[in-house]
Amino acid sequence: MKKFKEQLSGRVFFALALSSISALALITVFIIANGAPLIADVGVVKFIFGMEWAPSRGEFGIFPMVIGSVTVTLGAAVIGVPIGVCCSVFLAEFAPKAMSTIFRPAIQLLAGIPSVVYGFWGLIFVVPAVRNLFGGPGLSILTGSIILGVMILPTVISISEVSILALPRQYKEGALALGMTHWQTIYAVMIPAAKSGIVAAVILGIGRAIGETMAVIMVLGNAVSVPESILDPVRTLTTNIGIEMGYASGEHQQALFATGIVLFVAIMILNSFAQYITRRK
Amino acid sequence: MVKQSKIVINNMNYYYRKKQVIFDLSLEIPRNEIMAVFGPANSGVTTFLRSLNRLCDLTPEGHMDGEILLDGESIYGHASNVTELRRRVGMVFEVPTPLPMSIFDNIAFGPRLNGKKSMKEITETVERALRQAALWDEVKDRLSISGMSLSGGQQQRLCIARVLALEPEVILLDRACSGLDPISTAKIEESLIQLKEQFTIVIAPHNIQQAVRICDRAVFMLMGHLIEEGTNVEVFSNPKDQRTSDYITGRFG
Repeated sequence: MKKFKEQLSGRVFFALALSSISALALITVFIIANGAPLIADVGVVKFIFGMEWAPSRGEFGIFPMVIGSVTVTLGAAVIGVPIGVCCSVFLAEFAPKAMSTIFRPAIQLLAGIPSVVYGFWGLIFVVPAVRNLFGGPGLSILTGSIILGVMILPTVISISEVSILALPRQYKEGALALGMTHWQTIYAVMIPAAKSGIVAAVILGIGRAIGETMAVIMVLGNAVSVPESILDPVRTLTTNIGIEMGYASGEHQQALFATGIVLFVAIMILNSFAQYITRRK
Repeated sequence: MVKQSKIVINNMNYYYRKKQVIFDLSLEIPRNEIMAVFGPANSGVTTFLRSLNRLCDLTPEGHMDGEILLDGESIYGHASNVTELRRRVGMVFEVPTPLPMSIFDNIAFGPRLNGKKSMKEITETVERALRQAALWDEVKDRLSISGMSLSGGQQQRLCIARVLALEPEVILLDRACSGLDPISTAKIEESLIQLKEQFTIVIAPHNIQQAVRICDRAVFMLMGHLIEEGTNVEVFSNPKDQRTSDYITGRFG
């Protein structure tokens, strides 16, 4: 009887674990089944690098959106990564204990703010600020980058900080015992030693930025065109799906699923790259 | 006195939070000799060594009073510069601590920080340090591989070479041979005996035999108290204190 119970509990947990994996499998199959035929129809190159997005005329080129996603994500990285890495070094190395016990949960709280609130805050606060300071419509790559830059901070900070704190104490003592200053120890020994963790943090942050939809839909302006400056509005791959899914049908809907495939693959590549880097020793 | 002592410690007390771990320790460390400081675990040996290059500053709960003089100048005084002090008083730890970079860079690091710029000068320093640490022959063909990929004994000799390359005045070795095989240990001991011509060496030996083999003077510590101090022969062959003799002969506790 007891043995039966043991076996049964094992099976139950296995079944539940399987259900989370099967959700992934179902979504993958569904997206691919819906999107792949259109990509095959249009051709991979023409779909990804096509300049014309006009679903009513049967033109499905997502390149303006690819540019949108790439520029906004890079912008987010340019803004969020230096702040995040410096913040994690500060928390791990400089902050007095009392301060880091306040800072750490506060940063985690940033991750808990719903993305629609970020978007709303961006629309009310950042958009006018960008418009007044730099000109242009305010709905722009820069605005989206600022918001995403803030949104990726918790990811970048917590993973980099963990990787710095995980370093053996001997690195720091060994370096200090060589007569290095605290700062020399940090930039010459600790940051290089924690490099793989920091790079993984950055990649995961970028993955988060690429996938973000709700926050940027409200502040990017969503124009399907190739931007000429960072003050121009753009549309990203995610916002394209978010905006058009409501009314799309037929080939148009398939094209949105196909856009999903592109996103899916991009994020999978980023995440596996991050995993590869953290595991490599 | 013909030779002025390299380091003079006057009435040093060390507290960890409220617990006192070193009691009223006074000691003179002569230059160009090897001094062994030994004692059972928790006797304050490591704390003592770490206070000589102020590495114990990293322990926020720690607190010291008393006086430590290096060449007659207080190392805890306002005029002293911790970074400068640690370059003059190098330390090798129990666990090898190669930095995550190539063998060459591990050793070149210190000289570069000290302002040596020309590649020739740095290469010479690296080679000399590796020879002194008895590692040169084993690594001369692969200086560009990571210091982490060496064996434990080689890593430790790398760490010793790294300290030597800084051209310090005092070298502290905290049980630096405890993880090494007898052959590596013998190589290191041999080079230490040569090195004392140039440096003052303070070693916490990982066993008594090592202290007997290499030291000129020895200090026995127990529970934070200095029990006995004297020359190698005095302490190991003819100890005055019963506790020293018990510890050396293994009849302790």
